[in-house]
Amino acid sequence: MDAIILQILNGLDKGSAYALIALGLTLIFGTLGVVNFAHGALFMIGAFCAVTLSKILSLSYVILDETQTDFLGKPLKVKVPYAESWFGPEIGAAIIDWSVPLAILFSIPVMLVIGFIMERGLIKHFYKRPHADQILVTFGLAIVMQEIIKYFYGANPIPTPAPDVFTGSFDFGVLLGFDPNVIIYPYWRLVYFGFSAIIIGAVFSFLRFTTFGMVVRAGMADRETVGLLGIDIDKRFTLMFGIAAAVAGLAGVMYAPINSPNYHMGMDFLVLSFVVVVVGGMGSLPGAVLAGFLLGTLESFASMNEVKSIFPGIDQIIIYVVAILILLTRPRGLMGRKGVMED
Amino acid sequence: MFGLEKKDATLLVIVAILTLFAPFLLNPFPSESAMAQFNAGYPDLMQRFVIFGIFAIGFNILFGLTGYLSFGHAAFLGVGSYSAVWMFKLLSMNVIPAIVLSIVVAGLFSLLIGFISLRRSGIYFSILTLAFAQMSFNLAYSVLTPITNGETGLQLTLNDPRVLGQSATADGSIPVTSLFGLEMRSTYELVMGPWTFQFNAGYYLCAIIMVLAFYLSIRIFRSPFGLMLRAIKSNQTRMSYTGLNPKPYTLAAFVISGMYAGLAGGLMASMDPLAGAERMQWTASGEVVLMTILGGAGTLIGPVLGAGFIKYFENIFSKINDTVLHSWFSFMPDGLENLVVMLVHPFIGKGWHLTLGLMFMMVVIFLPGGLVEGGQRIRRLFRRKDDTPAAKTEPAE
Repeated sequence: MDAIILQILNGLDKGSAYALIALGLTLIFGTLGVVNFAHGALFMIGAFCAVTLSKILSLSYVILDETQTDFLGKPLKVKVPYAESWFGPEIGAAIIDWSVPLAILFSIPVMLVIGFIMERGLIKHFYKRPHADQILVTFGLAIVMQEIIKYFYGANPIPTPAPDVFTGSFDFGVLLGFDPNVIIYPYWRLVYFGFSAIIIGAVFSFLRFTTFGMVVRAGMADRETVGLLGIDIDKRFTLMFGIAAAVAGLAGVMYAPINSPNYHMGMDFLVLSFVVVVVGGMGSLPGAVLAGFLLGTLESFASMNEVKSIFPGIDQIIIYVVAILILLTRPRGLMGRKGVMED
Repeated sequence: MFGLEKKDATLLVIVAILTLFAPFLLNPFPSESAMAQFNAGYPDLMQRFVIFGIFAIGFNILFGLTGYLSFGHAAFLGVGSYSAVWMFKLLSMNVIPAIVLSIVVAGLFSLLIGFISLRRSGIYFSILTLAFAQMSFNLAYSVLTPITNGETGLQLTLNDPRVLGQSATADGSIPVTSLFGLEMRSTYELVMGPWTFQFNAGYYLCAIIMVLAFYLSIRIFRSPFGLMLRAIKSNQTRMSYTGLNPKPYTLAAFVISGMYAGLAGGLMASMDPLAGAERMQWTASGEVVLMTILGGAGTLIGPVLGAGFIKYFENIFSKINDTVLHSWFSFMPDGLENLVVMLVHPFIGKGWHLTLGLMFMMVVIFLPGGLVEGGQRIRRLFRRKDDTPAAKTEPAE
């Protein structure tokens, strides 16, 4: 029992990342009808927003500290971050420590701008082209983005720690009446899960409860009619592209402490997120979220030793097997609408 | 000639001549000169040209004719490599059985995957093939380690049985791959003045096979079967309304292109007898897509051009470094020289993939027909107006 709860918890953080990326992919597909292979790269750029901000915040200058001496008796050179000298040592250190959560604020405008440029500069010209062309051009764009990041940040993963408050683990088992230290779960992963739940909730309520969201939903259902009613649907869809990019970016920012960002993390996530979208149903937002958590949990269940001893290697392929089964038996996915991309 | 129209026969002859004389053509600079780094006439690179040429020709039969975009073709290449290496381990170092087995195994594997994937079309097909390829990669990397030797990759050892050959040579080393005694790595060097030309047995084997593969693809393109495949691309629904079932045709095209990929994998292993899981990764599948599109999907010569283009520039661009750039731009004033070198720097050396990605995007955006279309456009510029062919007839929708 405790093992099962542990695996469900373990599946949550990966599932959250899948769900957030798949949500963005589905938003783009549902609104613009474009298959975006560069979405993984947006996730990666989000993670590098966190890296960049933490680097900027810890920029420092060197002073000679007369009170300390090195082994030759000369004054010691000490690096002092600008943040500490401007805001005082305590607040400055706190700012540096909290650079990843602060990067959320930093990344939203960055990702929105990237999303707008991408949509207006490139994707716009591909609405009428076949899906294969869209896949190809966004695949090329993904390569370009990832190589640019590699050029500036190098090929090695860059550790980006979470704030000190969140290091350590939370003993979940005690809460449920198990022995201590049976079900432990890192705090940051809990934060990640909560954060993605908030983002998902925000996107859904934005679409559900605002006039803007209502127009977008109407446009997803029937773009032409909405256009005939005198609404500039293109402009709204561009904004939705920006929002989808921002969602992927935020997923990346918060994922940085879990796995040190490297330039190809986007590609690794992209394939799986596509599988998630397909399982959930192309164009279905709740389906994407559901399938994200489902597959994330399934993956961590498959990596249990008990399961692995029966089916060796099942943890490596379980997601693909599920996707293939779903595509063959229920092509529109778990929650896809009837008739949407069912061929 | 060979049952081809005159135009196709000319194309075939041109390709055959180009591949046969490649050791000369790719070595235009004397080996001591500063330009020698742009020579591509050494065996390893030339083998890669033709092997990837075969891979892309096969991919084009599926993508170019039927329009089904597979993102998992590298899996077949990987399977071909593994089966060839197993043949070297178990049977003998002769390349013929290895290549035959790799084609057969890749064919069976693609039959299985194609049968399932082709139940869907469009983007679903792409994602299904992607999922299958990634699954095979993961399997080869972890669970199937007894067959694939996991991360290390499958290699020959001295303890392999090699029933029809010998486990080890007289001096106790691993035997090399050969074609009835002709060693694949044997190279004849021809020195002519300052030039050195290398003629490699392995390259010529690959080149002959590529010319044959190219011939076969011309025949497929011009056959009634090829016409059916084009019908699938232009309008599958209408095709089925005329009473034809598109499924067997697509599956046949899928299996054929899978066998081409297996052939390429088998040749790769024959030139260098090892096989690793990274050959099956989906980025490797992406590479063959790049080659085909860059050259021109759906054209005969396009994929070969694309493969040669990408492999050549990959090699050249990776070699250029800042010192070379400085020597090129040394005629400029110092400040300007440094500026130019700084601007070009991200695109060369390790930045080759950036250049490739940009180039690929440009091609998809502006030249959907690839290099072949680019060539046609240039030719049209120089033609007089009156003999331009009538506007392409579009099928009525």
